[in-house]
Amino acid sequence: MTTTTPSSVGSGLDRVEGLDKVTGRARYAFEYSPRDLAYAVPVQAVVARGEIHAVDVDAVLKCPGVIAAIWYGNAPRLASDDGGELAVLQSPRVAYRGQYIGVVVAETLHDAREAAGLVRVEYAAERHDVELRADHPGLYRPEVVNPDFPADVEQGDPDAALAAAPIVVDAVYSTPAEHNNPMEPHATVAAWDGDGLTLHDSNQGASAVRDTVAALFGMPPANVRVISPHVGGGFGSKGLPHPHVVLAALAAKQVGRPVKLAVTRQQMFAVTGYRTPTIQRVRLGADAGGRLTAIVHEAFEQSSTVKEFAEQTTVPTRMMYAAPARRTTHRLVRLDVPTPSWMRAPGETPGMFALESAMDELAIACGLDPVELRIRNEPETDPESGLPFSSRNLVACLREGARRFGWAGRDPAPGVRRRGRLLVGTGVAASTYPVYRRPSQAGARAEPDGRFTVRIAAADIGTGARTVLTQIAADALRAPVDRVRVEIGDSALPTASLAGGSMGTASWGTAVVRACEALLEELDRRGGDLPVGGVEAGADTTEEIRGQRRFARHAFGAQFAEVGVDVDTGETRVLRLLGVFAAGRIVNPKTARSQLVGGMTMGVSMALLEESVMDREFGDYLNHDLAQYHVAACADVRDIEALWVEEDDPHLNPMGSKGIGEIGIVGTAAAIANAVHHATGVRIRDLPIRLDKLVR
Amino acid sequence: MNGEADTTRWGASTPVTVDLRLSVNRDEYPITVDTRETLLDTLRERLDLTGAKKGCDHGQCGACTVLVDGRRVKSCLTLTVTLDDREITTVEGLADGDTPHPLQTAFVDHDAFQCGYCTPGQLCSAVGMLAEAAAGWPSVVTPDMNGAPRLDDDEIRERMSGNLCRCGAYVNIVAAIGEVAR
Ligand code: FES
Ligand code: FES
Repeated sequence: MTTTTPSSVGSGLDRVEGLDKVTGRARYAFEYSPRDLAYAVPVQAVVARGEIHAVDVDAVLKCPGVIAAIWYGNAPRLASDDGGELAVLQSPRVAYRGQYIGVVVAETLHDAREAAGLVRVEYAAERHDVELRADHPGLYRPEVVNPDFPADVEQGDPDAALAAAPIVVDAVYSTPAEHNNPMEPHATVAAWDGDGLTLHDSNQGASAVRDTVAALFGMPPANVRVISPHVGGGFGSKGLPHPHVVLAALAAKQVGRPVKLAVTRQQMFAVTGYRTPTIQRVRLGADAGGRLTAIVHEAFEQSSTVKEFAEQTTVPTRMMYAAPARRTTHRLVRLDVPTPSWMRAPGETPGMFALESAMDELAIACGLDPVELRIRNEPETDPESGLPFSSRNLVACLREGARRFGWAGRDPAPGVRRRGRLLVGTGVAASTYPVYRRPSQAGARAEPDGRFTVRIAAADIGTGARTVLTQIAADALRAPVDRVRVEIGDSALPTASLAGGSMGTASWGTAVVRACEALLEELDRRGGDLPVGGVEAGADTTEEIRGQRRFARHAFGAQFAEVGVDVDTGETRVLRLLGVFAAGRIVNPKTARSQLVGGMTMGVSMALLEESVMDREFGDYLNHDLAQYHVAACADVRDIEALWVEEDDPHLNPMGSKGIGEIGIVGTAAAIANAVHHATGVRIRDLPIRLDKLVR
Repeated sequence: MNGEADTTRWGASTPVTVDLRLSVNRDEYPITVDTRETLLDTLRERLDLTGAKKGCDHGQCGACTVLVDGRRVKSCLTLTVTLDDREITTVEGLADGDTPHPLQTAFVDHDAFQCGYCTPGQLCSAVGMLAEAAAGWPSVVTPDMNGAPRLDDDEIRERMSGNLCRCGAYVNIVAAIGEVAR
């Protein structure tokens, strides 16, 4: 039945759902409309801290089409209530402005929206505190930073090493709050059937949403089904269920009808997470030859009062470069602000902006080329743990990038290259992202017609997961891809880990390979005798992953940017951006390039445009829509290219792959800021690189 | 939520409805619409034409772009009640039967999308944009206001900047449109 087929992994297969997406057939969460549905529109708090005394429900119920108005005073109680972000309508307390404090359910979207806008809420407002400062008296050292790293790590005597160092860089960098803003706003359609709950939901992992929602409503996970075949981007913001999922389920339960709830773009700035702002002090000590003798990286960041979210900002500094003395710390303050969450490469993205900017400053202080400086500080083993790297090809990326970009012979003098109205400069920065893998299950089935079906509750949020899993399964089954159908995006499928932490392909791919192997064995055992119903086999990778050898596993990359800064307006344009990555075996060069270029594009956006501005007076992210929160548009993106070096790493997973969803964004902002310094002589240490910071 | 709601408005919001005939992708839909209803909501919530996407509902992202009488419009900013007897085309109507529109094919070939959520808007916008260029409409980057604009990459980027793509597929979108345009 199976013949030898050329390997599918490594080929640039078109996205298997491509035609569905270009014809409009692909359906996203809000596009499911159960019979007898009603619309839910949330009500948000207009104070940043306080208590709700009353809501005039009766008045709302008189509005046309309104079925219910639900708030703390009349909401069903959840089975588990930890007082956290998901304890929706379980308390009269307001923890941040924009928090969901009620919901109106009506026959039509217009009726619900109109009535929600008229809800009168009486608050006892309290003084709020929404400003992150490095000297905030409320700063503390969290137990751990995400997901489970120590908050502080110290090796050697960094203070003595800094005092003794002939060359020292000491600078403070800051990154603003940034919002993920996937193009598809978060949405949930909730329908109860007795004790069973079905959610059409936009998320990065149906199994995790199922488990979380089941616990909140005190049900076994089997009573909840989460369906999410297509997801319009997430970038971390759909990794954890946010309050709207609970609100939709609560509302549907209360009214006894299916309910559709879409988070509006404006609401997303309060209730779906964001990247914490950071303030970071970096101190580097080096000898005259540019060899690091000390690294100190301290981060200050915020979380909300309802949840401790501790971004792991200085964690990459623990393994990036060799140095005998090092200290990396995190301090957190709990403010009356929305709860931060994951945003593409959390930790690495803000942390590497600071570290890689500081490395550029060090190169200048040492009179060394910044590529050479990084090569000189390459560690042999993981500096923190002493573990060997499973593979580490940062130097190869730097060299290959320098060659392709035309770096050789670069004049380091800043502010001296004029091209028409532009001051032109180039910059480099390194990227890195850890390689994770989590347990998952998968099923593989030989169908009577000679086709195969592979099932796993994975999520394709635009990563190409459905496509690469098809390729991985085809190779494992020794079958052509057109005989393999991969079903994902449904919690009824075998339980799978999240699309997050750049670990989707590694985690799901391992489970898929093992399930396919088990199926081939089963088919072998049957000697080609296939029963009418087909044959199925499954796999669970928990044991395999628990038993894997300890290595420092990371992907690396080098990014090179050329910018032009208008001499009069200070407007910065990225003229060229090249990323060269070492990320194990590339499963699909077509979708991989899109992922890496997409990450770099978001990095351009971060470097030049993105900034959520906190309104101190009202405790609100002020610029909460896409007209005021700028993300890169088509004309902002010119020449971006992503390449990779061959990397053969046997210590990863059956595919030999490292994750590529996040590393693209990591070094981009630093490469651009370094290029802006080279172009203008102005060092921008606080993102984004706005015109007003360059016009003096 | 508006804390300063004018309480005299209670009960004053009884919906006003209008009967009209919508023509979408050459199908006729006699329909009664709420005068507050946008074309985007009519398509998605009433006609089950969910190809047009809602990314912001405020005219800021382009995900909802459709064609009205061949011109690109943001359907979230267009009240359905204004569209009696106009020709509406959505992404579902771009293909010729089972043959995809050349732009649809080019988008798949060039991997000009990832999550696909901006894609219907990008496609409708590109169809409208190509027609605008063919009609000689200049853009801010057109060097010569009198000749027919040549759709190089700069022109395409400029003319497609009303359609955001958070996945960052711009490089491939420009390549896909360029292939069809040239
Ligand atoms: S939904 Fe219409 S422009 Fe964003
Ligand atoms: S493909 Fe995801 S927003 Fe464009």
